[in-house]
Amino acid sequence: MTPGFQGRPRSGAPDLPPGQYLTPDFPVLSAGPTPRVPRDQWEFVISTETGTQHRWSWDEMMALPQETPTVDIHCVTRWSKLGTTWRGVSLDTLLDGVDSAADYALAHCYGGYTTNLPLDDLRDGQAWLVHTFDGADLPAEHGGPARLLVPHLYFWKSAKWARGINLTVEDTPGFWETAGYHDYGDPWREQRYQGD
Amino acid sequence: MRWQAARLVDRRVETSTAQTLVLEVPGWPAHLPGQHVDIRLTAPDGYQAARSYSLAAPADGDRIEVTVQRVPEGEVSPFLVDGYREGDPVEVRGPIGGWFVWRTQQTDPVLLVAGGSGVVPLMAMIRARRAAGNRTPFRLIYSVRTPADVFYAEELRRRVRDDAGLDVAYVYTREAPDGWRGEPHRLGLADVNNHGWPPALEPSVYVCGPTGFVEAVSDLLVGLGHPARRVRTERFGPTG
Repeated sequence: MTPGFQGRPRSGAPDLPPGQYLTPDFPVLSAGPTPRVPRDQWEFVISTETGTQHRWSWDEMMALPQETPTVDIHCVTRWSKLGTTWRGVSLDTLLDGVDSAADYALAHCYGGYTTNLPLDDLRDGQAWLVHTFDGADLPAEHGGPARLLVPHLYFWKSAKWARGINLTVEDTPGFWETAGYHDYGDPWREQRYQGD
Repeated sequence: MRWQAARLVDRRVETSTAQTLVLEVPGWPAHLPGQHVDIRLTAPDGYQAARSYSLAAPADGDRIEVTVQRVPEGEVSPFLVDGYREGDPVEVRGPIGGWFVWRTQQTDPVLLVAGGSGVVPLMAMIRARRAAGNRTPFRLIYSVRTPADVFYAEELRRRVRDDAGLDVAYVYTREAPDGWRGEPHRLGLADVNNHGWPPALEPSVYVCGPTGFVEAVSDLLVGLGHPARRVRTERFGPTG
């Protein structure tokens, strides 16, 4: 115990993952300058372990069925934001028709960022490629024109400026994972750093 | 990574709103400048709150330093600045982070750009350079509101005098000291041109500060021709 420390009044506090606090803001955390990608040059590519590529232009992506998930998001730096509303395409829709025996996905981004996830975590209504936040175009500093949204994992897995996903048989740690962060990143098990 | 018991052994006032806390952490491993620690407080009813703080200096044995700026309405920083007493326990875990770091083996020139309390991890780099006897050319551009908001003011004056190859330029946004050339302004292209390194010298660039500051500065740097992959950023604070 730290003498004198009381913390905030906590009556009626919502059920947050351990170690998280609520913020009404939307902090920005990234490793470098914000990439700015015009929509007419944007594309999203899913590559399988056999090298087959599935490619969508902006217009093709927007022509797919759209969903409007409202989800809680949890950043490894300890802020959580509840009830955020997005619009985009379910990864189920994008993965439909992709023939793959891969167990892992490596998301890669404009700007060079990467992050890895088990492919199962992108399926079954758990993940989206989103282009709209709170009813407006997703700003570049939050990952626009389009980012991943994988709300059941720490938010660094929801890769900004998403450019594609490589499906792989072997797990390949991404950018933060090779810089000391946890390979999986479950906020409810507080998997922040390697070894947690 | 485990939480470790630590206690406060010393504190130094940096500004009216910021203090450096010297913590003793038995068995602390070495760390790289730019890395951070998590500090966790526990209330009598068992409630815990943790936050990340940049390490401000190389470790001195089991002693580490963080500089904490009081965040109005904050839950942890006001306590650390105003309520936390010498000898009292906290828990820490770290060191954390392997990207926003400078290694003494690097030989390329270094440009550091700090906004406000964003100077803390950059000061750790300046101090590590000194401690290693490293001669890598370093430039720090430090944006602050007023002269009274400068962290490590006295030490920075001394380092510029004694550490060959280190330059520090200040940009004041609200109030400049007497004798400073120019008017208070936000850091702009001319400041980066005058006090930074040209892209042709292929510097490593580290930018740390509030989100809006880092966005603006990193956009400037990329616009000047610095490759994005050589510009490492650390942002803090809320945005809309």
